[in-house]
Order: sequence, then C-alpha cells, then structure tokens
Amino acid sequence: MPPPQENVEPEAILAVRDLSFYYGEFRGLNKVSLDIAKSKVTAFIGPSGCGKSTLLRTFNRMYDLYPGQRADGQINFHGSNLLDHRQDVNLVRAKIGMVFQKPTPFPMTIYENIAFGVRLYERLSKSDMDARVEWALRKAALWEETGNKLQQSGLSLSGGQQQRLCIARTIAVKPEVVLLDEPTSALDPLSTAKIEELINELKSEYSIAIVTHNMQQAARISDYTAFIYLGELVEFGSTSELFVKPKNQQTEDYITGRFG
Amino acid sequence: MSAVMTSNPVVVDDQGSQARQANQVRKFKLQDMIFHRVTLLFALLVLAALAGILVALTFEAMPAFREFGVSFLWSRVWNVPDERFGALSAIYGTVVTSVIALSIAVPVSFGIALFLTETCPAWLRRPLGTAIELLAGVPSIIYGIWGLFVFAPLFARYVQPYLQAVFGPVPVIGGWFAGPPIGIGILTAGIVLSLMVIPFVASVMRDVFETVPPQLKESAYGIGCTTWEVVTGVVLPYTRVGVVGGIMLGLGRALGETMAVTFVVGNSNRIVGSLFAPGTSIASTLANEFGEADPGLHISALFALGLVLFIITFIVLAISRWLIQRGIAKQGK
Amino acid sequence: MSLYSRRVMTNRIGVGLSMAAMAFGLLALLWILWTLLYNGFAALSWDLFTRDTPAPGSEGGGLRNAIVGSLLIVGFTALVSTPVGILAGIYLAEFGGRSRFAAAARFVTDVMLSAPSIVIGLFVYALAVETVGGFSGWAGSLALSLIAIPVVVRTTENMLVLVPGSLREAAFAVGAPHWQVSLKVTLRAVKAGVLTGILLAIARVAGETAPLLFTALSNQFYSTEMSMPMGNLPVVIFQFAMSPYDNWVNLAWGGALLIALLVLAINVIARVLFRKKSSD
Repeated sequence: MPPPQENVEPEAILAVRDLSFYYGEFRGLNKVSLDIAKSKVTAFIGPSGCGKSTLLRTFNRMYDLYPGQRADGQINFHGSNLLDHRQDVNLVRAKIGMVFQKPTPFPMTIYENIAFGVRLYERLSKSDMDARVEWALRKAALWEETGNKLQQSGLSLSGGQQQRLCIARTIAVKPEVVLLDEPTSALDPLSTAKIEELINELKSEYSIAIVTHNMQQAARISDYTAFIYLGELVEFGSTSELFVKPKNQQTEDYITGRFG
Repeated sequence: MSAVMTSNPVVVDDQGSQARQANQVRKFKLQDMIFHRVTLLFALLVLAALAGILVALTFEAMPAFREFGVSFLWSRVWNVPDERFGALSAIYGTVVTSVIALSIAVPVSFGIALFLTETCPAWLRRPLGTAIELLAGVPSIIYGIWGLFVFAPLFARYVQPYLQAVFGPVPVIGGWFAGPPIGIGILTAGIVLSLMVIPFVASVMRDVFETVPPQLKESAYGIGCTTWEVVTGVVLPYTRVGVVGGIMLGLGRALGETMAVTFVVGNSNRIVGSLFAPGTSIASTLANEFGEADPGLHISALFALGLVLFIITFIVLAISRWLIQRGIAKQGK
Repeated sequence: MSLYSRRVMTNRIGVGLSMAAMAFGLLALLWILWTLLYNGFAALSWDLFTRDTPAPGSEGGGLRNAIVGSLLIVGFTALVSTPVGILAGIYLAEFGGRSRFAAAARFVTDVMLSAPSIVIGLFVYALAVETVGGFSGWAGSLALSLIAIPVVVRTTENMLVLVPGSLREAAFAVGAPHWQVSLKVTLRAVKAGVLTGILLAIARVAGETAPLLFTALSNQFYSTEMSMPMGNLPVVIFQFAMSPYDNWVNLAWGGALLIALLVLAINVIARVLFRKKSSD
C-alpha cells in the first residue's frame, strides 16, 4: 500500500504543514499536514466537533475575526504562507472564497450581491459588470431562474437558490480556491443534488475543499477525502481508496457507521 | 509540490492587476483604520457627555457649596431674597413624591405584568402589551396638564375630604391628611407620577417574567398549583432580581421627572408634615426658578440641586441596570 | 372551608386583582387620552397653525411659531443624533467586544437613557448658553440630542449583535474591508430595527419639556433663526397651562394634543415598520 501522499496529484494549490489550531487554551487541530489538489474536490469528513470546519476556516483566515483563536504551522499558497501575519487577509479571502452552511445572501439585490465582491478589487464598466454578474449566475446555474429579476432582494429567493447565489457571489470574484462549509446541510434533497452537480462542474476551474457531515456526499463528489477525528488527521487519500479499503481502523469504523 | 517558506504577497495573474490590488489593499487598510477611529470617537463622545455633565454641574455648583458647605444638603431654608439656600425641602419633596408613586405603581405594575404573562387570553396579549408601551411613550407634560386640570380638582372635591374623614382621627397617619383639601400638593404629585411610572415598571416586569423557562412553570402547574401559586411560588422567586431592577428603574424615572410633578406639586419650598400640603421637588424647583434666577448664588444653588439629583438618580439607575442585567443573565443557569 | 377551596379562593382574589390592575392602567390611559382629545379638539382651529402665540391679555392667537420651532429643533436633533448614535453603536458592536471601555460606554448609555432630562438642560446651559451662544434653538437641539443619542446607540448595538455571525463572515469571506462589512452588509441587514430606534428616539424627545426650558427658552414671535431663542410646543404648553388667561390654557391643550398625536403616531409607525420588516 503506497502512502497517501503519493496518490495526490503533484500540483497542490494549498500545502498544509504541521498546522495546529487553538481556541484559547484548547487545541482544536494537532499538527495536520495535507495538500489540497488543484482543480480537484477535497472533502473533509468526521464527527461533529472533530475540527474539520476549523481546518477549512484556517484557509481563509476566518479565525482572525475572533480574538483568542490562533493557528500555528504553515499553509502554503503560491509559495507564501497564508498564516503569516503580514499576509493581507482581505486579499487572501478574495483569492480563497467561502460558502457557508446556511445561505448568507447580503441584504441587497441579487445583482448587488454579486457585484459587491467584484467591485472590491476590480473596476469594471457597467456593461462588463453586467456580463460578470450574468457569467457568475450562469456558472451557478441560477441565471435561468433569476436573470429577469436581478433587482429583487437576494432574500426573496428560496433556500436552495440563495445557496447558489452565494456560490455565484463567491466565484464572481474569480478565486482560485472555493471553500464549502457543509453547503447542503440546510437544504432539501433536490437543492442538494443541484449543488452537488454544480460542484462537479466547477472543479475544472476551481480547487474545491468541502466539509461535509454526509459521507455519501463525500463519496459522490470528492476526489480526495480526509478523515479527521479529535483534531487529528487520521487518514487522507483518494476518495475511492479511503471509502473502499480504509487503512485505519478508526476510519473504517466511522465510514461503516460504527460511531460518529 | 514544495513547501516554500517565504512570505511574498499572494501571487496574482499579471503585473497590472497586482499593482492595482496592492493599491486597493493599502486603501482598505487606511479606510478601516479611519472607520475604527471615527466610531471610537463617537463612542468616546457618549462617555465624555457624562463626564461633562458631572464636571459642569460641579463647577457651577461650587459657589453655593463654598458659601453653605455640606450643610446645604440638610438645610431646609430656601430664601431667594436673602440668598440663603438649602436643599432639604426639595430633596424631601422629591423622595416623598417618588415613594408615593412607587407604592402605587409597584403593585399595579405587578398585577399588569402578571395578567399579561399568565392569565391574559392570547389574542389580547399583544394589543394590551402595546397599549402599555404606548402609555410609556406619552410625554410627561401631558400627565402634568391632565393632573392639573382634570385630576386635581376631582381629587380635591371627592377624594381628599373622604381621606380626611377616614384617617383624620387616626394618630400619626392623621397628620398626613391634614390641611385644606386644595387638590394640589405632594400626594397629588405622587399619584400623577405613579401613573407615569406604571408603564415603565410594568414593561420591565413583563419582560423578566417572560424569562422564566416554560418547563419550570409547567412543572408547577403539573403538580396542581394555581396561577397565583405559580406566580408567587415560582415566577417571583425566579425573577426577583430583575423585578427589583424594574422597580429601581421606575424609582430613577420618578426621582428625575419634571413635568408630571411641577404642574401639581404646588411649588412651595417648605416641608410640611401633611401630604395634602404643597411642596416641591428638585426638578420642579429647577423648572420654576432657573429661568428667572439672577446669576450668582441663586443659580449656583440651583446647579447644586441639579448635581444632587443627578448623583442620586445615577446611583439608583446604576443599581437598576445591574439588577436587570443580572436578572436576565441568570436565565441560562 | 377545605384547604383546596381556600387555595382556589386565594387564586381568584389574586387573579382578580391583577385584572383590576390591568383595567386600572387601561382606564388611566383612556381617561388621559379622552381629556386630551376633548380639550384638544376644542382648541383645534386654523388659527392654531396660522397665528403666533398671543401676548398676555390679547385675544385668540395660535401656535405657528411654536410648531415651526419644535419641528426645527427636533429635526436638527434627528440629524445630529442619527449618525452619532449609529457610529457609536457600531463601535460597541463591532470593535467594543468585552473591553472595559466598551463595558463602561454601555453602562453610561444605559444610565443616560433614564437620566433626568432637566439635568441635561442644566448641562447644556452651562456648556453652551452661558458661555457662548445664549439661549438658542441650537442649544435646544443639543440638549435633545444628548437624550436621543443613547437611545440610538443602544438600539443600533442591540440590533447589530443579533446579525447572524455567518452573514458577517460571508461578507469578510469575499474580501471586504471591515467598514464595508459594517456599513454595507450588517447595518443594512438591520436597517428596519435601527430606523425604529431612531423613530423612538425622536418620539422620546419630541415631548421633552424640561431640557428646553433653559436652552431654547421660548420666543413669542415667529422665527426660524436657530441661533436665537426659539418658540417650541412643550415650553409654550408649560407656560400657557399655568397662566391665568383662558385663551392661553386653550392653546396649551391644543399644543398638548398635537404633541401627543405626533408622538403616538411615530410610535405606531415605528412598531408597524419593525414588525413588517422583521417578519420578512
């Protein structure tokens, strides 16, 4: 059996090395090392509270918002360490987008929801902006439903549509990495299927990291899977291998439903 | 892939957009710093206002305190022509009217809060709750002129003679109801004040009653308690800290109220044992005399009164806030 | 009498008394409102809006100068206290956290919410009237602002704290700077609540009399000059109600009705607005 790292595509967009994370005194992650492969979907699975969302939230420095939370180690992105305090977090976040568990449309029109992020770092003409909004909505498979009501509030959409709006908003900024934090856990099965389809289409252009509590989902959509338990990376490898013949007993117990 | 240890800025597509982004990042940093500073400045302004009030009032009150010393606080003389001033009669009126107001407002507010949270039919709960809140919004000057023109005459004609007949012969208490029933005086001010305070106290009490976990009440009902027993045995003990906070809030309001008192208190700077007699409060003394006071000791004495009022109400309101917050924070435990 | 029936009896008396308390509160409200409407409408006429306050002993008269003065003073109060209150509220919600300074600022605003308004009047007298400007509409607005600001600060903060953390995070996640997250996303998410707070603050100060007595003073004549003493409804009501002239007392009732209707209307609008928006 080859070690998992050899299964990983040589090109990694994010290289995580010895990452530890602390909530005050409590250590939420312990010396995690793994690669997020370029143009692939990497899934993080594990029981609630295991640290999988924590790991995802280090990639865009979301923890910076909360005093008392800190990360040690390295996350290398194009040769620079994202955890470096000199790194500009706003720019990092523009390059590494995030979609949350609950849909979070901004309190503005559908059009503005998408233009808001674009406007931050690009100066586009009205027609270019219109084109960008349409492009993003098409990418997120939302144009058909919303193309004729761009001036309506983003809050007027259904839950599934709101979540696709959030995905459109994220990719409109043209990030390199898209982080998805349990993006379907608040949605019905139909909307979930649509989002999964979307993820599949997006992965050719974006590197995707997704946290999910749903193992079937991880098996369906991801290329690589990491199983995290009690803040430790227990096993990491290609999804097909990890689910079919896990090397670790804990992984096997978890994916066969013996705990979690 | 290699773990490079440098910390260059995140690589971007081309030179032009890199420069633009770096520029934008610098701009955002600056804007955020300004944003932080500006909001901080306005938050500081709120604190500065308080400090300013204390400093300004103390400064203006100094001549009076220098002239009369600390005994200003317990001297009952208030003689404008002779420029001899003491705060006692105003403090007395302030405290007595507030005590009367609360002794009426507390039981009534408790009843209203009990009714709204326990026995009121669901469809009436919101309209009645809103009515009480609207009552809290009525400007106090409305209570004042209603008290002067409507309440005081009726009170003088129908209630005061009756009170005198009933309590007059009783020793000690009889003295409270002595004197001509003119309608205007300490007691009337206290009653009008109570009407003004009821909505505040009732709203706070209702809010803290609603913090009682339903399971707690249900388990009491479950063992066969009556509504009254649930309220006195479970709700009240559970919320007593917040309830006292609500009462203190009402007290703070009553002590500092100007208009509801000024119209009906009679504005006489004397201490008379009878509650029927006209008196004054700190706020109404200020309202009546400040406009016409000559610069000098009179103005300074009025500022000193204001300082006393501010300090008293500040302490009462601080205690009230502490209790209400503790009462609400306890919820989770 | 059995223990059980005694308990039932006690309960009936207790619940009955609470209903009586409710009835008492409502009757008081109705009584006050009824007198106000009865006397106020009797005083209502075109003259009330087109003529100025009369001189002692003269007939008739209206409240035009006082109405305009009140609108100006309260209007400027709203203009001042809205930005100040919102920005201070944003500070407490966004940057304050659990710092000592923020705790102190919250404590002071809470206490100032109920501080005696007449003392605020004294303060502004010492600060602005005595030193520089003399009695003026500006001084009146300043005094009212000091009362309105704490209301706006606290509602703004309380509303912002209720914004779901994920919405804030989502705004940061697209790379937005803090000020845009605050002003364009979170503040906008709670704008109905903040607007309600502003309206309640205006309602609160519109009827305030005490802080205007020593600041805006009063003015018998029509004037829109904010740097001069300015007529205003509350002070006119106060002076006229205590006067010996029937037409003055009459005008006081008319003014009281106007103020009460204005304040109640703002209160009702604020409630409707908040309910409609928060049920979206």
